[in-house]
Amino acid sequence: MRDWRYRFDQHKATLSAALVFVVIFGIYAANHPAGFSANVVQTAANKGVLLALVAVGQTFVVLTAGIDLSLGAIFILADCLASWIVIGSPLMTGLGIVGVLLAGLACGAVNGALVIYGRLQPIVATIATGAIYFGLALALRPNPGGDINGDLADALTGQGPGGVPVSVVALVVIMLLVWVPFRRSVLGRAAYAAGSAEVSAYMSGAPVARAKFLAYCMAGLFAALGGLMLAFFTYSGEASSTNAATYTLNSIAAVVIGGVSLFGGSGSAVGAIFGALIFRTINDLLFVFDLDPLWQPLFLGLVLLLAVSLGSLRLLRVRNRLELFGP
Amino acid sequence: MTMRIDPADPAPPGLFKRLDPAVLTAFGCIVALLLVGSLYSTSFLSPGYLLQQLQVGAFLAMAATGMMIVILLGQIDLSVPWLVTVGGMMSTAAAGYGPWGAAFAIPAGVLCGVVFGLVNGVGVAYLRIPSMIFTLGINAVAQGLMILRTGGSAPQDMATPAMHGLATGHALAGIPNAVWIWIVVGAVTVFVLRRTTFGRSVYGIGNREAAAYLSGINTRRIVLLAFALSGGLSAFAGVLLAGYSDKAYQGMGDPYLLPAIAAVVLGGTSILGGRGSYLGTTAGVILITLLQSILSVMQIAEAGRQIIYGVVIVAMLLLYGRGPRVGS
Repeated sequence: MRDWRYRFDQHKATLSAALVFVVIFGIYAANHPAGFSANVVQTAANKGVLLALVAVGQTFVVLTAGIDLSLGAIFILADCLASWIVIGSPLMTGLGIVGVLLAGLACGAVNGALVIYGRLQPIVATIATGAIYFGLALALRPNPGGDINGDLADALTGQGPGGVPVSVVALVVIMLLVWVPFRRSVLGRAAYAAGSAEVSAYMSGAPVARAKFLAYCMAGLFAALGGLMLAFFTYSGEASSTNAATYTLNSIAAVVIGGVSLFGGSGSAVGAIFGALIFRTINDLLFVFDLDPLWQPLFLGLVLLLAVSLGSLRLLRVRNRLELFGP
Repeated sequence: MTMRIDPADPAPPGLFKRLDPAVLTAFGCIVALLLVGSLYSTSFLSPGYLLQQLQVGAFLAMAATGMMIVILLGQIDLSVPWLVTVGGMMSTAAAGYGPWGAAFAIPAGVLCGVVFGLVNGVGVAYLRIPSMIFTLGINAVAQGLMILRTGGSAPQDMATPAMHGLATGHALAGIPNAVWIWIVVGAVTVFVLRRTTFGRSVYGIGNREAAAYLSGINTRRIVLLAFALSGGLSAFAGVLLAGYSDKAYQGMGDPYLLPAIAAVVLGGTSILGGRGSYLGTTAGVILITLLQSILSVMQIAEAGRQIIYGVVIVAMLLLYGRGPRVGS
């Protein structure tokens, strides 16, 4: 019984994010003019999965108490790259996908190397590498365009048997293949430990440097997966600086809403997925309730600000002012 | 046996020893850039061209000054892009309210920036939310408000003659007004940072906030004030920019965030806070402005400019922006 309680506490943030999502999505579906149908779910899922993938990537880094402000740029770079190489015969398409994912992994590895082995501050280092990645995307696609394997795109953005959106199935499969093994591995545990208390983790012999490096690589990989999905949804590539900035910002918002601590060491990528879905559904709610589109950016900004301000509730537990200042 | 210390000889170290190597490197890079540019075209060394670069650099310098104060605290202000836009848009908006509005256009724009900066400060100092995420949120809110204002209608967005004159005129000695403003703001910043309690507290908090708090500094008020200053200076950059291009528009502040941070960091200010000089930031601003100018004169496309930018900043960071080793 004690064990059950402990486990519940550990997953409380994730569970409450899931609960909030169910409630909000229920309101959304109930008020949608077309009613609750497979098509409504499909559209919502496709938009949600994009942000969810980038948010999962951000989670890896945030868990280690870092931050990656270049994920939006990697996301866009993958989109532009995919619009060149993910096309042609099944073999060519497959190789193209591998190429895009490797590019994302490489971007993440550069970030990781700069932060861990170069000992740069994650904020500045990833802002600078973000400029590089966005420049590369712009070089690939100075003007929006390109093409992508249409059959695969239709398959991945359509509905499977029973009206289940394929993109959600893909997300679940990816999480089962990557997140679950990561969470249970030594490196995954070391990533949590590094985010919680880096020096203690180091002194206890946890492979801190390797775990953090892996986290940045994973962030790049997931941002590239998101970019690949974006290419499948839009059938083209576009180097949009607005999109890059928006996805970077929204991935952080999703992570925070999903109950992952920005100070590192607590939270889960599953929570971040629900955070992303919540963020997206709030956006859609504004449509359903006929809010003037002009109000949307402001409303989303306020939601984000409110979500991050919830973190200050911990101030109520502080007994000694000195605890505020950290180590 | 102890070394004999001559009491008469605590001479101030030489100028070169006192200067941060980072600042020297930055100035060295400026000279190198000018040499490279002069190989390309002799007009790079003409006073007219250099003054024009300083004039354009003055807008960045305003944003970088605010950013530097915040970075000295060990924080960061990512709301610069839309606070610059707020400054531009609100000052031109005030100009729509008759002669009184036009007269108060510039303070109105700056004041709006200060208000946003104060909210930033409350979030960071009193709610203790990491500045990186809170200022991003404020950036989004400012963006939302500005889109709300300009989206549905076409509001007044023309700069007043005063703003135009401030940004483009040459009132004194043939030197652009914007450069004079830079000199004044720079001198005030140096005085505030070196000679006032506020300035010394900023350095103290940046070094170790707990120690600053225990020595009786009202750390929260200092942080609040620093963010308000940063917001006001960003908005002032927007006012000048709107005067320069004669109108305010969405996204006018977008190209200022990365250069502002880069100018501060390239100037040798530690991103962890507590260390850095305004001279370095000035060098950083000139360096970034020249780099931008040379890249555009050489007609390198936007893509190449972004890449070179990023690479130069990463390279400079690796040279002297590295943190301590874990566990040592």
